[in-house]
Order: sequence, then C-alpha cells, then structure tokens
Amino acid sequence: MALEVYKGSFGKNELTHLLKRCLFGVTRADVSSLLGKSLNEVVDYLLLDSSLPMFPINNYNDGSANDATIPAGGVWVNAPYGDGTINSRRVTSFKSWWTGQMLTQNVSLREKMVLFWHNHFATETAVISDARYIFKQNNLFRTLAFGSFKEMVKQITIDPGMLRYLNGYLNTKTAPDENYGRELQELFTMGKGPDAKFTEADVKAAARLLTGYRVDSVSITSIFDTTRHDTTDKQFSAFYNNKLIKGRIGVDGAKEVDDIVDMLFMQNQLALHVCRRLYTFFVYYDITPAVEQNVIIPLAEIFRTNNYQIKPVLKALFTSNDFFTAQNRSCNIKSPIDLVVGLCREFEIVFPDGLDYVNLYYMWDYIRGQASTIQQNIGDPPNVAGWPAYYQSPQFYELWVNSDTLPKRNSFTDRFISAGYTRNNKKIIIDPLVYTAKFSKPEDPDQLINDVIDHLYTLAVSAQVKTFLKSILLSNQASNIYWTEAWTNYKLDPTNTGKINIVTTRLKEFYKYIMNLEEYQLS
Amino acid sequence: MKRREFITKTLPAGVLLPSLINGFSLKAFGASSLLSAMTSASEETDHVLVIIQLNGGNDGLNMVIPLQYYDNLMLARQNIILPQDKIIKLGNFSTGLHPKMTGLGDLYKDGKVQVIQSVGYPTPNFSHFRATDIWQSASDSNVQIQTGWAGRYLGEEFPNFPVGFPNTVMPDPLAIQIGSFLSPAFQGPVINMGMAISDPVNFYNLINGIQSPAPNTNAGKELTYIRQVSQQTQQYANVIKTAANKVKTQGVYPTGNALADQLKVVARLIGGGLKTRMYMVNIGGFDTHAGQVVANANDTGTHAVLLQKVSDAIKAFMDDLKLQGVSKRVAGMTFSEFGRRIKSNAGVGTDHGAAAPVIVFGDGIQGGVLGTNPVISDTTSVNDNIPMQYDFRSIYATLLEKWFCVDKTILQNVMFKNFQSLPIIQAGTNCLSTDIRTVNQESGQNLITNYPNPFSTRTTIKYQSKGGHVLIQVFNTMGKLITTLQDGIKTAGAYSVDFENRYYPPGVYYARLQNEELAQVRNMMIVR
Repeated sequence: MALEVYKGSFGKNELTHLLKRCLFGVTRADVSSLLGKSLNEVVDYLLLDSSLPMFPINNYNDGSANDATIPAGGVWVNAPYGDGTINSRRVTSFKSWWTGQMLTQNVSLREKMVLFWHNHFATETAVISDARYIFKQNNLFRTLAFGSFKEMVKQITIDPGMLRYLNGYLNTKTAPDENYGRELQELFTMGKGPDAKFTEADVKAAARLLTGYRVDSVSITSIFDTTRHDTTDKQFSAFYNNKLIKGRIGVDGAKEVDDIVDMLFMQNQLALHVCRRLYTFFVYYDITPAVEQNVIIPLAEIFRTNNYQIKPVLKALFTSNDFFTAQNRSCNIKSPIDLVVGLCREFEIVFPDGLDYVNLYYMWDYIRGQASTIQQNIGDPPNVAGWPAYYQSPQFYELWVNSDTLPKRNSFTDRFISAGYTRNNKKIIIDPLVYTAKFSKPEDPDQLINDVIDHLYTLAVSAQVKTFLKSILLSNQASNIYWTEAWTNYKLDPTNTGKINIVTTRLKEFYKYIMNLEEYQLS
Repeated sequence: MKRREFITKTLPAGVLLPSLINGFSLKAFGASSLLSAMTSASEETDHVLVIIQLNGGNDGLNMVIPLQYYDNLMLARQNIILPQDKIIKLGNFSTGLHPKMTGLGDLYKDGKVQVIQSVGYPTPNFSHFRATDIWQSASDSNVQIQTGWAGRYLGEEFPNFPVGFPNTVMPDPLAIQIGSFLSPAFQGPVINMGMAISDPVNFYNLINGIQSPAPNTNAGKELTYIRQVSQQTQQYANVIKTAANKVKTQGVYPTGNALADQLKVVARLIGGGLKTRMYMVNIGGFDTHAGQVVANANDTGTHAVLLQKVSDAIKAFMDDLKLQGVSKRVAGMTFSEFGRRIKSNAGVGTDHGAAAPVIVFGDGIQGGVLGTNPVISDTTSVNDNIPMQYDFRSIYATLLEKWFCVDKTILQNVMFKNFQSLPIIQAGTNCLSTDIRTVNQESGQNLITNYPNPFSTRTTIKYQSKGGHVLIQVFNTMGKLITTLQDGIKTAGAYSVDFENRYYPPGVYYARLQNEELAQVRNMMIVR
C-alpha cells in the first residue's frame, strides 16, 4: 500500500502545524514568508541543502585560563588538544554554539534533524571528553542531515567520538569489546522490536569485525591498525541469512565495515526501525498497527527504493495525510529544547550582537542550561539510547512533563516574561510591547487574544478561557474600551513611563497565564 | 515456619481470631490483611522501601568478593582484582566487601545489612535498556510488560489513584522519585503511581484556573495528561513542604555525592512524617567497559569511587534515620540491571554479565550473607557468567509480603507468579519471616550434587528436599534455561534425577536447586 498523500487545504493552520514540528518555535515572519505557497513547495523549501554555519570560536579566554593555541574569537575545532585544561571550556563553547544554531536557524528542517541524529546516535560529551571530536560528530550530523543514511552509518561507525564513546578504540582481536557492535544493531539500525532477531552471537561477530580502530588525536580521525584487527571470518546468524563475512587481511580489514553495513542494509528491519524513529520524533509516539501498516511500512519502502536517502522519506512524511490528520495535530509534548529555544524564537527575544561574542555565547549557554534543568542537556543525553521520551514505552513524550519538571517549565516561562536573564549588563527577556505591537490590531482585545492564541498554541481554546484572558487585559472591567484606550494612549505617547507601565503589567500577566496553561506545552 | 503455622501457634487467639471468625477464613485473610479486612481501607503499614538503582550494570564481583575463590578470581581478572588483604571480611563468611565500602561494612557489623548472592533471572538479557525494563517490570526475560512491579503493587493498594487522591487515608504521594524522571518501576496499570521531586522546599506553585475542554484526539490525551500532572503537583506541594519543614536538623551527609544528596531528601521526607511507601533514587556510571580501576592500584578508580559513594550515602542515610527516630520504618535495597563478566578485558574493565549481589539494609533486616559464594573455576573463559542463585523477583515478592504485609492473592496479581520467599526481614516485624540462620545452616551442606562430573552423555543429579516445593533447573553459562528437571512438591528426603546431554556444546552448566527459601547452584561440566 502506498502512503496516502495529504489532499486537504493548506492554509495558515496547516502551515503553522508543519513549521512547529520542523523548527524550534515559529516566528510570525516564518509563517508570513511561506503563506500562500503549496505544501510541496514549503516542504521542498524546508529540505533545501545549505552551506555549513561558521564554526564555534574561542569565547572563553579570561583571566583564569587562556587557550594556548587559539586566540580569542578564533575557531578552535582543529586546534591541538593541549594539556587538557581548556577542553571543558571548549565543550561549553560547542554547546553554546549549537544552541545558537538552533536559535538562529533558517526556515529549514536541518537543525531539528541534527538533534534527531544526535538522539539516534546518542553520545555524551562527558564521556568523549574531547571537544574537537564532539564538534566533528555534530558537524557530521549537520552535513548529512538529509543525506544518505547508509553513508551516515558508515561514517559514525569510525567516527572518533563514537569510537571513544562506545569503546571502539579499545576493541582489539585479543580483547573484543562488544559495546559498539551491540548498539550498532540494537539502537542504530535494527532496533529492539520483536522482529529484530539478531543474536548475542551476532553482537560478538560484529565486535570482532570492528576490531582494529584507533583514534589519532592529532589529525582527529580514526585510523585502522592492522595488527589489532581480527582477520578470521565472521559468521552471522539466521536473522542475517547466515551471512559469512570473510576476514580481510592487512589494510583491507578496514573494508569489513562496508561488508557489515551492506549486510545490515539488506535487512528490512532497518528501514522500519528508522522510519518508526522519525515518526515518533516528528508525529506521535503511538505506533498503532494501523500506523505501522499505513505509514511506517510504506515509508520504509520509500526509504529502501531511494537507496536509503533520508530526504525522500522526510518529503513523504511531511506531505502525508497522516501528518495532517486532526488526530495528530498538537500532540507533540514540547521537548525541553523545543520549549526554551522555541520561546526565544517565537517571542523574537533579542540576543547580544555577534561582535559581542563573549556575551552572546554566555546567553546561548544560559538557554542551553534552562533546557538541561528540565532534563534535556544537548550533547549529554542520559545514555546511548538517547532521551527516554523517544523510546520509553508507554509514556514517551509524557516523560518530559512530571511533577518536578512542569513547575520548572512554568518557572522558566515566567522568568522570561518577568525579570528575564541579565549578565554583564546584557539582558534577554520577552518585550511584551514589541511583541504585541506586531499583531494586526492590538488595541482590540478580542482580536489580540485570537491572534496570540493562533501564534502560540496549535489548539483552540474555549470562549470561557478567552473571557478569562480578556479579564486580565481589562483588569476585570466590563468593556473592551478600557484596554483599547490604554493601548491607544501608549501608542500616542510611547515614551511615557506611566502609559507604558499600564499596558506592560497587563500584558505580562496575560502572556504569563497563556504560557502557564497546559496548551502551551504542546506543539 | 509457614505463616499459617505461625498464626495458629503463636498469636494470642483472643485478640485476633474473633474478627477472623466473623465470616472470613484464615486462608482468605492472612494476618497481614487483617486491618484491611476490618477497615476496608488500604493495607495499614508505616513501612517504607527505598530503592537505589545503580545504572549501567554493577560489577558484583568487585563489590562482594567470593574470597574462597580468590586465587581463581586472580586468574580471571588479574588486571582489576582487589588486593586480598584490603578486602573487608563479612563476619565468618568467606565473602568480602570492596575496601572503600567501610560504611556498609560498619552497618554489616551492626547486623543491618544483608548481602544476597548472585541475584538474576533465567535467560538474562545483556542489553542495558531491556535488562533495566526487566528489573523494573519484574517480567520474565521473554515477556514485555509495560507496568512496573512497584506500580502494580501500589495499583492494588490504591486502585482508584489518582481519582480522589489525596485523601484522609492517603494524604501523601504513594511513591516518590528523587530526580526529574519518573521511574518505569512506578508505572501502574493506568497511570504512573509516583511523583518526581528534586527539591521539596522550593516547590513551585502552579496556577489552577479555567480550562478548555480537551479534544478527542492525541492532543486531548496529552493535554489531559499534563493537566493531571499539574493538579497533582498542586495537591501534593503542601504536604511535601510541610513534611520537609518539620525536620529542622539532619545528620551529616558526605558532599560531592549525588546519591547522598538524594537520600538526604528522602530521610527528610520520611522524618517529616510522609506516609509515602516507596522512594526511588539512583546513581549512574557503572557501565565500566574500560578503566574500571586505576591500573596497579586496583582498589581505586571509577568503580571504587562509585562504590564508596553508595556505601557512604547509605551509612549517612541510616545514621540520619536513627537520629530522627524513624529507622525502624525503613528498608532499602540496591539493584543494577546486570552484573558484569567474570573475566576482565584488556581495557581494565568488564563487559556485560549476568547475576550479581543485591544489598538490602535497614533495622528490620536480618544481617548476614544469604546464599553461597558463586563458584569461580580456575579456567574461566571470556563468556562465562555468574549463574543466578536467587531470582530478583523473590526479593520483590519477599519485601511485598514480609515488609508491606501484602497477602498472597494480591502478591500473585503483582508478581504474576509464586516466587520463592527469602529470609530477608527479621521475625518480629509486623509480618513474618523465616530465619536467615536456618538457610545458612542448610547452605553448609551440599544439597545438590551430580555424578559423574565431568560427563559426556549423562549425569545423575542428587538433591535433598526438606519438604515443600522443589525446582531443579539447568542453565548454561549465558544463563539460558536449558531444561527444568523437577518442579513440584517433594516430601523431605533424598532424591535423584538424570540430566542427559542432548548434543549440548561442551562446557560448564549450572544445576540450580530451589527448595522453598533454600537455593544452591552446582557446577557441572560436559566434555566430549
């Protein structure tokens, strides 16, 4: 059965739904720039390839520590490791920079795919503990974000950071280490589903096959050491059709990676597993038998027939009827990153200028830290399976929200509408006046409420809730005119502190309440 | 002694029996269910269980050392083995504790720690995630269960939760996870029965206002979920704050120890009077594939630091509970998703393994070592694993029955099967228990033997039954259940059963005897 293509209307609601799933928060400009284009045009636009961003820089020199080889403002990603004292600062620089990439993203699916791949091929900076490897891996995800999954698997298998994270660099013929051989199958390609029937023997065979890699910390690459490679044949189980991978001698031993990747990509389970992961990440976690039949299986077929290119799969998913069905709208509980980066983007929070990169990186890192507080520290997922919200049945995304994190989420949104965050006399904060003034008719409270709800939520709210929201703007007065006058007075005299305060205090309470309502947690 | 015997023999009939005679049979209402029968309320118990999860797969052989096989262990893991003279000896047992676990060693001397040897389950899984799921759901290895064992227990006790909660009978959270992610162990039949908190003092107050109806879509499901969490947070915020604020002073805890930080919160909540029954805390980093010890200083390094944290944290926690006068209410246990391989690897580490010891602690615990040391041969090969002596679900079942006074029928619903009951809890607590001394006296004998050994075609397994249920299982070194030779009631006496080699590969096999609370494992060898 072919995947059912979406044939319904593609208006502002549908565009917003698509963009909220593909970006971290959506600005009103994002929507208006694409409104009127067809679904196909928009998805093609989201999937356009683009050049790589500027690499992370030395934002960290200060009185107490200085990078021995890279001047302030210089790119450190290929610099020597040095004596190790500067590494943790580079890791922080990397994480700040990565958060910055999300905050300053174009209208493109790329950054969300980078996070998807990071969760799929999860590693921890705390374990890799070399910022250069960490960056290199992240750059691989960005380079191949929409590319060939087969190429991705090959490259990640001998990626220096991954070799270190899953002990591949210690995997030798005399002391095989099964860590990577297991996760390659269990997490990265076959999955743990009931039909992924690879065996413990397959884990051991894969481990032996992958022996011989080391990491060169000068060139930041993996190197194949023939003396450490197990050159005997590797027998795989009936699940892999009893595939026998002949041991290769000498430098040819490195080609066994191609052999095992070829074997893995012969398995139907691989495409099914990756498509389920994509569906869980971008649509919903409940993969019912109907979804499996009508969406996952056809998507996997597209994946296979396109030689494991990711782009055609994404195109098919985001133009499918299933993606736009009412059942699947607004059901994504925002991940911590989606919540904190999304808030900054949708409220157009102004960050320090790029020339003031020290403060800019600090602010980016503060945002990263906020997501970390509510359980998503990019670069350091809990373990090699990534975040439980994407695999832990039966709760999945619901795991993001519990009695500890929900108050903290509310505390975060409250802070950004009230005090904001200040460092070195720079402040990041929602400016409710600037945000409100960009709506079409801010003086009309009914219109304003509708516009704000349309922008910040994807769910409709009841008339009762709107009435309550209006009571905040009206300070419980009976008529719209009170708000209209307050706003108009401010616009006529925009530097008058008293008039500013009148509208600001009401708007702050108004937005605070909107973000405290549970609807704000959904995307 | 069986529960029924205990009731009929030792309870003063005049006190308890009249209410039992009132239409209820002894079988339907064991002693532990009495209050529940009389009050129609949930089980009355002020007992608390604290579960410490050691994430990553703890190397049990580096924590609890079978000293009698030290020389063979040296052959198997020469690059990581602890110096023999530094190991803390556990009483008269030929078993020792890691040198950095002095706190736990002191508690052991006070009779407050029980080490349960070689805990696992048939056909173990070597994947972190699946193995963790198995420990948390208490399922068989080949069965997927989406609820947690603790969640099922709480679901039996409080079937209506969260509707109508909190209430006067149960004003407090049923279970608390310290940290931000709720453990799947607390997943009940309908909803996760636990709540997550990290800091009980600075509890953020939520708004509680007007709501839009939830649509009948996936979004509606998630919206409703978030609203429920929001309401719970609100409802429990005050009781948690109040409990936390009642405790003005606490004992001294080590710094730089995340587990101690968590247990400190737990002690504070227990001391403050919360009726919460279960707490879950955790400490990660046990996946020591490489660099488990500092080479040539094997009592230091990653694993030593972790074990010291565990030991120091438990000691500080127990001292604090005593200071607050609540130590009699609390039992604790550690678990990890699996142990590690007997043989170490060249990276000064260990790969994923099978059975490993579990530590239980508390005033009400029978101190000692339960079970025999795992046998370490002088020819350990890379794939050899510690065979299971006790099923981890026996520990859960025992704690539920003897610590939380859960009756047998409910126990069956929670655990799905009838698991062996173990002598963990002291006699004289609310619920009843076998004496650990009986087990250890019996364990001095070889209750299961085989001849010939090694063998190629057939061997005869001889075993003793003290009466009651007998289970004889044969496992391979990967822990896979090869066959069950006996599963039924055997009156007291000596028996034998043949085990035939049905083209099994040569190597070590384990014959496991389970006879009521007794368990022993015999190493057998198949040769060509």
